[in-house]
Amino acid sequence: MGWQRRILRVNLTEGTCNPEPLNMDWARQYLGQRGLATKYFVEEVDPTVDPLSPDNKLIFATGPLTGTAASTAGRYSVITKGALTGAIACSNSGGYFGAELKNAGWDMIVFEGRAPEPVYLLIEDEEARLLPAGDLWGRSVWETHERIQHDHQDPMLKIAAIGQAGENGVLFACIVNDLHRAAGRSGVGAVMGSKRLKAVAVRGTQGVSVADPRRFLQVTMEKKRILAENAVTGQGLPTYGTQVLMNVVNEIGALPTRNAREVQFEGAPRISGEAMREPRPTDGKPNLITNQACFGCTIACGRVSRIDKTHYVVRNKPQYWKASGGLEYENAWAMGADTGIDDLEAMTYANFICNEQGMDPISFGATLAAAMELYESGAIGKEETGGIDLRFGNAEALTTLVEQTARGEGFGRDLGLGSRRLCEKYGRPELSMTVKGQEFPAYDPRGIQGMGLTYATSNRGACHLRSYTVASEVLGIPEKTDPLVPDGKPALVKAFQDATAVVDSSGLCLFTTFAWSLDDIQPQIDAACEGDWSLENLLAVGERIWNLERQFNLRAGFTGADDRLPERLVSEPARQGPAKGLTNQLDKMLPEYYALRGWDENGVPTAETLQRLGL
Amino acid sequence: MTVTLKLFASLGVHLPPGAREHAVQVEIPQGTSIGELLDRFGVPPEQRHLVLRNGVFVSPAGRAEPLHAGDSVAVWPPVAGG
Repeated sequence: MGWQRRILRVNLTEGTCNPEPLNMDWARQYLGQRGLATKYFVEEVDPTVDPLSPDNKLIFATGPLTGTAASTAGRYSVITKGALTGAIACSNSGGYFGAELKNAGWDMIVFEGRAPEPVYLLIEDEEARLLPAGDLWGRSVWETHERIQHDHQDPMLKIAAIGQAGENGVLFACIVNDLHRAAGRSGVGAVMGSKRLKAVAVRGTQGVSVADPRRFLQVTMEKKRILAENAVTGQGLPTYGTQVLMNVVNEIGALPTRNAREVQFEGAPRISGEAMREPRPTDGKPNLITNQACFGCTIACGRVSRIDKTHYVVRNKPQYWKASGGLEYENAWAMGADTGIDDLEAMTYANFICNEQGMDPISFGATLAAAMELYESGAIGKEETGGIDLRFGNAEALTTLVEQTARGEGFGRDLGLGSRRLCEKYGRPELSMTVKGQEFPAYDPRGIQGMGLTYATSNRGACHLRSYTVASEVLGIPEKTDPLVPDGKPALVKAFQDATAVVDSSGLCLFTTFAWSLDDIQPQIDAACEGDWSLENLLAVGERIWNLERQFNLRAGFTGADDRLPERLVSEPARQGPAKGLTNQLDKMLPEYYALRGWDENGVPTAETLQRLGL
Repeated sequence: MTVTLKLFASLGVHLPPGAREHAVQVEIPQGTSIGELLDRFGVPPEQRHLVLRNGVFVSPAGRAEPLHAGDSVAVWPPVAGG
């Protein structure tokens, strides 16, 4: 058990919803969520498919622990071929939607085809039906959420939706559930929009069974105690959230600033987690209202903020005076340090719009930063920007262009292409800070060497959450390594990648791993699921998932030549801080990484590796 | 000699009046170590988790070494993010 053993296949072209038994042979090899849905996807979809064509599929997947009593067991993922990248996409989200889907009796939903007219899917336990969404099309995530709950007179419905960005084909559009949690990266919302699927609304009352309830309860209680007693998960994350990293990463000289021209931002203290808690001079109130937990979470790292009513950006917009999802570290970096902006209220507004209209704030902010460098270098001017003075540090440009991008208006249409296509369009591809077409996040690989290898080899394009070596290189979890040297990083990256694939496939949150190791997660999976879930088997599952994703990308046309960083990171030394004079040493790390993976010198898994992993 | 002390997150309460953006310049005698500097400002030893000197991590053993004029010391309690 753990699994509901049932998936829902929705053919949007035909308008049909059909249940199928879960393939339990695959579940034993790929566990659930990220791994299992990728297996379904790889088996069913031509890797060369156009991501926005009806032949691409979109899978919403839970893990065997999703919806159970384990701490943080509320996660689900969206798996597809990414609109932004053309690579395998897997975007993971918290909130309450995933647990509700599982409690309705479904392990996953596979969407196929394209609806002739806009629709949304309503699931009430085993009942699933497609309903017209013509009156929802053009509306925001927040309006859609309210309307669907109102129309069905059910405030308990959990809803995942796209906003205007997904409808308008913004290539980094995301899927937002529970108003401000998101399956954020790689453009999964653009794929959903291309299918004319506006939303998925779920009510689930069936519960989730586990294989050994007594042992499961005992072990999950024991592991929750570890989270509570750990200083990071028990105190640091709930109090300061991820945003506490702003000053940390700035101090170590690894905060990509002004499109990664620099690695330290003089405004960092003013946009940090600490700043969010300080009373504002204008109204005496802090930006941060409270922290918030997702389903079953005993950490509660989420931020809830309120914008200063007197700030120019909302003075005449009372609809944005209420509390909503606040800045996380990645969002604050992308729309702050990377754009040279230090106006916390303007950034919070831009974050609200990203949630309301369904856009990935990392890609949006990093694309805006690239546009600012295009502007300052003279590659574009006010003619292209619609009169906007797009210099670094201009907060009004941020708050104007976040709206234009979501609506597909003005220069926002260009920004909606993402950084790579934008910089190619204006003849300066080297200014795009991307890997495999995806903007890299808030850690500069010149100051944290392992993150260079992490970005270069991430299967979904540049990403910190595929192997978060920052934990070791900066925070000393599980043990401290030197961020300025490449030695030992290939093994570290591989170990983090494989372990993360297991966590992502279980239904648990990756943030538990600040306190838990796989030794803590393994007994929870083992008590919930029948079968062999030894540590050894789980590690093999993680490595199998990584190689399956890699194989999909190779068949989609990617090669080892795509495991590259932006030229700036390997040829322009850091200008200040501890990493001054250093570039990222990817060339030293990559061959060793390939060898550790059992891949040839071109990054292709050898026949022996594939055989060992049962691929 | 003068050094800069930066205390972040919950350690900010130990900064003296006049600190700006979590930082303050302090006069210390020659030979003062990081540990002695943090003792002077009442930073609890168990809260000295992430300690940086000029942006570079200092292990617990290294915190007894003397500081140099112009050094910057930054300290956090146990924190993480993503």
